[in-house]
Amino acid sequence: MLKEYLTVRNISGPIMLVELPAAREGKFEDIKYAELVEIKTQKGDILRGKVLDISQDKALVQVFEGTVGLGTEGSRVKFLGRSQELGVSEDMIGRVFDGGARPRDNGPQIIAKKFMDVNGSPINPCSRAYPSEFIQTGISAIDGMNPLVRGQKLPIFSGSGLAHSRIAAQIARQAKVLGKVEKFAVVFAAMGITFEEANFFIQDFKDTGAIERAVLFINLADDAAIERISTPRLALTCAEYLAFELDMHVLVILIDMTFYCESLREVSAARKEIPGRRGYPGYLYTDLASLYERAGRIKGKEGSITLLPVLTMPEDDKTHPIPDLTGYITEGQIIVSRELQRKGIYPAIDVLPSLSRLKDKGIGKDKTREDHADVSNQLFACYAKGKEAKELSIILGEAALSDLDKVYLNFSDRFENEFIRQGEYEIRDIHATLNMGWKLLNMLPSSELKRIGLKFIKAYYSG
Amino acid sequence: MKEPIIIRVSGPLVVAKNCSVARMYDMVAVSKKKLIGEIVELKQDLAYIQVYEETAGIGPGEPVYLSGQPLSVELGPGLIGSIYDGIQRPLDLIRDKTGDFISRGISLPGLNRQKRWHLQPLAKVGENVGAGDVLGQIQETTLLLHKILVPVGMRGKLIEIKEGDFTVEETVARIETEKGVVDVNCLQLWPVRKSRPVKEKLMPNEILTTGQRVIDTLFPIAKGGTACIPGPFGSGKTVVLHEFAKWSDAQVIVYVACGERGNETADLLLSFPELKDPRSGRPLMERTVIIANTSNMPVAAREASIYTGITIAEYFRDMGYSVALMADSTSRWAEASREMSGRLEEMPGEEGYPAYLSSRIAEFYERAGKAVCLGQDNRVGALSIMGAVSPPGGDLSDPVVQATLRVVKVFWGLDDKLANARHFPAINWLISYSLYHDNVKEYLKNVSPEFVNLKKEAMRLLEEESGLLEIARLVGVESLSDEDKLTLETAKSIREDFLHQNAFHDIDTYASLKKQYLMLKAILDLHKILLALIKSGRELKDLLKLPLREKIAKCKYILETQLDEFQEINKEIDALNLT
Repeated sequence: MLKEYLTVRNISGPIMLVELPAAREGKFEDIKYAELVEIKTQKGDILRGKVLDISQDKALVQVFEGTVGLGTEGSRVKFLGRSQELGVSEDMIGRVFDGGARPRDNGPQIIAKKFMDVNGSPINPCSRAYPSEFIQTGISAIDGMNPLVRGQKLPIFSGSGLAHSRIAAQIARQAKVLGKVEKFAVVFAAMGITFEEANFFIQDFKDTGAIERAVLFINLADDAAIERISTPRLALTCAEYLAFELDMHVLVILIDMTFYCESLREVSAARKEIPGRRGYPGYLYTDLASLYERAGRIKGKEGSITLLPVLTMPEDDKTHPIPDLTGYITEGQIIVSRELQRKGIYPAIDVLPSLSRLKDKGIGKDKTREDHADVSNQLFACYAKGKEAKELSIILGEAALSDLDKVYLNFSDRFENEFIRQGEYEIRDIHATLNMGWKLLNMLPSSELKRIGLKFIKAYYSG
Repeated sequence: MKEPIIIRVSGPLVVAKNCSVARMYDMVAVSKKKLIGEIVELKQDLAYIQVYEETAGIGPGEPVYLSGQPLSVELGPGLIGSIYDGIQRPLDLIRDKTGDFISRGISLPGLNRQKRWHLQPLAKVGENVGAGDVLGQIQETTLLLHKILVPVGMRGKLIEIKEGDFTVEETVARIETEKGVVDVNCLQLWPVRKSRPVKEKLMPNEILTTGQRVIDTLFPIAKGGTACIPGPFGSGKTVVLHEFAKWSDAQVIVYVACGERGNETADLLLSFPELKDPRSGRPLMERTVIIANTSNMPVAAREASIYTGITIAEYFRDMGYSVALMADSTSRWAEASREMSGRLEEMPGEEGYPAYLSSRIAEFYERAGKAVCLGQDNRVGALSIMGAVSPPGGDLSDPVVQATLRVVKVFWGLDDKLANARHFPAINWLISYSLYHDNVKEYLKNVSPEFVNLKKEAMRLLEEESGLLEIARLVGVESLSDEDKLTLETAKSIREDFLHQNAFHDIDTYASLKKQYLMLKAILDLHKILLALIKSGRELKDLLKLPLREKIAKCKYILETQLDEFQEINKEIDALNLT
């Protein structure tokens, strides 16, 4: 029988302070840091929480469901003696859970095969296998320019009102590794998004049958904000089980990380911690890393975790702490651009500031095509030049451009309209993408193609 | 006396009472799990401990074991080729012990206790020896001769030294000191936060070649120098540091991956054993020590990793080697100390960083340098540091960047505009600087007496270009004179054909100083002649059609073994002169 404490003293925001009576006699209660806590309110509701700070005389508890309805009198607190765990099983596939891993689809409770600590443990860098398998998403702006590989963590940086959900759904729908049929699963965690946005994904998964191989954790905007802090951890724990114990290739979509970080800030503020930039806690980097770094591949294991966090940048500002720290942890980023969206281009991916750090070992001969790296480098360089020419033409008028600059100007327009633009259900395989790249490069004289090896120019160039 | 006991746990910070005998920066073992920690603050009998491992499941009432020793690293044969975490635990052995995920409370020695090393004595019995004198040597790898030195603080008469195969703990020599006879083995302990002493510091005057053209030619670092490379994410800091680790001509490389990405660290760990040193043809791992504390590993160990790395680097410097340390990234280290400082409820300085941030950074970089090592033979060693800085949003007014710039001599400023156009290394030539130009001037004369002038000329053209582009933006390129247009063309050629370098291309990834000189010479010689031809009335647009220009553009793909090919290009340039 676990001891019950009736000594709740302060409640402030999501934080509750419990006094520990044993301290008066100089003794210690058997309570550990990060232990799970169960709280029974006066009305008999059960809330859960976690020990954030434990001293001899008091315990600071973060309440996951929020502290609504909790009072200092009559609340009963139990320390469960274990950390937050998730009961995992392959039966989770095809199910919808809430942000605290309780079934949300009226289905039965999951009978756990195993309990796993939701915080996970860091993968030993020596055990990591380097991600090198190209994932074809069928989207030229990603496959051609910033390809995704298995085990990578590649966030989508977006802004409010942009088409990130549609892009993420398209990736989830179309992603595959060339020439292989393997066990594949999608783990989807929604944090603080609206019903409509969540429903878009659920409907999309249902329509395409993807729901059969998906696990969904849904914490909506009107659900407890503090529970959001555990939602991605539950999702990643589930993903780790599927990937490293059941040998599946798991794509994890976390949407929207901005709301997650705001919840974290709420807890930090309630603890009166010294804030870092823009009020976010100083440990935001470490906290985000403990999520993102759970992606990867492990030597000798079949499965993998590929992570696709989605975040909306406040004011489209890439230097805001959330996208900034995310970018320092993830292996690149896909940036959704308001400018392209305004031009009516879908997917509105701005390839220039987008980046995939792990592409080099995932592309090339035997993986995609021998000319892939050179073509994408050249397209980058030419598109950047085209945009420069465009800026110039805005100031000086097109007549002031040199002939070559005019070609570049034309190039960049066609690049946006033909290469980047594509249908939401259109799957362009990597050959189609690269061929389209060559079609555009043919507009330029061969002497301008400095980033492309001579043999590829001989083989593919026909300008 | 009462046993030390935990009274509070808050993340990586643990407070224990009954610690009146403890001293600052002593190592402690926390709880029965024996998690490793370090004392960072003392208040009467309370000790504030930063714990290097995850503290979940630890609570008040559990014991703390004081060691009475500061956090130290083990120095001796076996370091080279190792992969450590932030507090020198070998990650490969941890993996053997606990599997793919790192669990807690593992205590493993930094150096292999079983392996035997063949010691060849160099000192003679009867000699008077002092700190830093070479007792003997061990061929640790093909690339590295490990010198066994008399430990710091010891002086006396050598009364015994043995040749043979020894483990690091076995006695190899005996020295009669004032305090009696001391056994010496090949294992030394050194506290990480204390720099190892040298006899005298010297001015760095030799270039540390890195094979990267923009660095060696325009912004060189000297052996024993310090450099920083700040930039926003995606601007290529890590790739540049990996290139240094691969190609710089140091004898020992210490690479500290401090709070960085797991997958990138895996790349380092997997590729280094396979990469060959361009000079000796041996695997690069034979001269490399890697410290990997990725961003999801405990934050306090991240703080320590930089010190662990620099202490190991100093140890090899003391043998008289040129050592280069890469720290990626020092911002993560600074953030780790910010996190600890916050938990200690210290009054914050700028951006929440502790007030002692800049003195810590200065202290760290000051451990670099070219120096006469301890010991009678006056060997000279050098320790160069290259630190990446990751300021938020690439903003150079960040306190870590500013504190770093105050102490380092070389600044390689990364620019995301260049990175977006995939111009790598994305080092912006207009904002970067090196204060070692004069130091290495003499040395560069060995490559060619005119190299220094070529460098200046290249820089001048690049600066002129930025001015001309400003004008062109206002009035259009077409209204510039032919001379100015030529300057733009040549500057473009310097940027695209010389400064741009592809780290993933087999040949282009490394260029020797000789090749760099020849490439730059070809570009600038052509410029000189074209300029003369324009002045004599030729049209620029005809001259730009010369096939020679495309040849120069492909110079970067000339093999190091076939540098003769440049003669042909030079001939073609000279031939132009005659037309």
